[in-house]
Amino acid sequence: MLEIITPSVLTTIQDAGRRGWQAFGVPLSGPMDAFAWRAANLLVANPPDAAVIEFGYTSAELLALEDCLVAATGPAFALFINERPMRAWTSIYVRKNGHIRLEKLDTANWGYLAAHGGITSALALSSRSSYPAARLGASQFVTGHILTIGPSRASLPALASRTIDPLPIQYSPTPTIATIPGPQQTYFTHSALRTFYASAYTITPTSDRTGYRLDGPPLERLIPGELISEGMARGCIQIPTDGLPIVMQADCPTTGGYPKIASVIAADQPILAQVPIVTGKIRFTETSIEQAQTRYRALQANLTKNIIQPDDVSWL
Amino acid sequence: MLPLSDTSLLIQLGDKIDPQINRRVHMLAAALALDPLPGICETVPGYASLTIHYDPLALTHTQVADWLTAHLHLSAAAASRPLKLIEVPVIYDGPDLASVAETCRLSPAKIICQHTSTLYTVYMMGFTPGFPYLGILPESIRVPRLAAPRSHVQAGAVAIAGMQTGIYPVDSPGGWQLIGRTALTLFDPARAQPFLFAPGDQVQFIAL
Repeated sequence: MLEIITPSVLTTIQDAGRRGWQAFGVPLSGPMDAFAWRAANLLVANPPDAAVIEFGYTSAELLALEDCLVAATGPAFALFINERPMRAWTSIYVRKNGHIRLEKLDTANWGYLAAHGGITSALALSSRSSYPAARLGASQFVTGHILTIGPSRASLPALASRTIDPLPIQYSPTPTIATIPGPQQTYFTHSALRTFYASAYTITPTSDRTGYRLDGPPLERLIPGELISEGMARGCIQIPTDGLPIVMQADCPTTGGYPKIASVIAADQPILAQVPIVTGKIRFTETSIEQAQTRYRALQANLTKNIIQPDDVSWL
Repeated sequence: MLPLSDTSLLIQLGDKIDPQINRRVHMLAAALALDPLPGICETVPGYASLTIHYDPLALTHTQVADWLTAHLHLSAAAASRPLKLIEVPVIYDGPDLASVAETCRLSPAKIICQHTSTLYTVYMMGFTPGFPYLGILPESIRVPRLAAPRSHVQAGAVAIAGMQTGIYPVDSPGGWQLIGRTALTLFDPARAQPFLFAPGDQVQFIAL
């Protein structure tokens, strides 16, 4: 069990999300940074889609109420165990009463703490992902909240010191993010498309797990009005009437009626999610769906390939 | 047929709110459900479109597009799906009933009569978990959305806007005009069938 001493302002539990209910209007949810989330699970020898704790925007502290194997991932936090600085992206054996502190850095937004056995908070519609807007999954964490961990089938100390080298993803506060054209790209003027691919955008403070609202040059529509509602997906970049892009995130609505100019590719969604609010700068570039899917497969393959076991001496 | 993202594909079957087009959407969704392809995660009906979410580790865009194309011609086979009819008892005492009546130059009793005179279809679901977009509302009782949405609408509120009517499944903000309320629970995650409605279902309102 893990006890929350101080939660982040945006603390949630995230597994792979609530698959199969979007036709009924239930958002998918899941982690904001799916790369760091998956890495955290692989490092502690969990199934890749086990539930982990997602921390957002501010520092957090926990207390281990039992011996456990944990890994902290993501570029947003520095990890301290019993006030000693420890490596992120590495599995660590923590003894009972161990104090775990995640100190927020200015360079990114989201961090993950996985425990071997997975977090076993309540299931809602077959998922543990928190979706507070519809009271699905555990949420509203306060001091003293206790999270249970699933049973272990292994010797925890033997699984410590697993790490990833090299990290096959490049986080940056000023990234160039690859997109594919959206279904309504023809709704925009040529000059709006040029502006979209040539400008730097920042993320406004009203951004959250539902969507990142961007600030920068507004984009002019060739065809006005709203569409009749159609499906929506994580990564879609909607342009509402004020012309300022909204990038749909993990808790995005299942349907929407604004035109979609482009869509952030899955391989770059973790990088975009971690661009610091207000201070970061994003540029967009265009790629093909084939390139996008090839890059996503390569990212997942490299993550699995680059995990180093403590007794693996092949890299020496 | 277009990529919506690199993990989803959108097929548009029309560009308006129309019963025939929407019927094709549900027939296509039913046909695809009868021939599952590993790597397909879920399908989401819109008014005139269907979105297919898939796992790009298992399938490419082209593979999903080919699978979909094969069913475009066969979707008539799913037309025999039995239609589910759900009766919804309503107390018509909504805070906007009087102003809707005034806008439509009808009595509140006539608004209720018109609202219950039509058999509606769940065109799609969205907005909040379990919210059914029902159509098509009789022309005589069509009103616009509220100029300023309410910050709080109670679960069970029956509302109208434009060509559509709907029921708020959970407490949420809302911009549609409220004409009544139902005691039915539209969404309960602990229930064996969490949702009262599914896309394509038929709905009959009954005045209490």
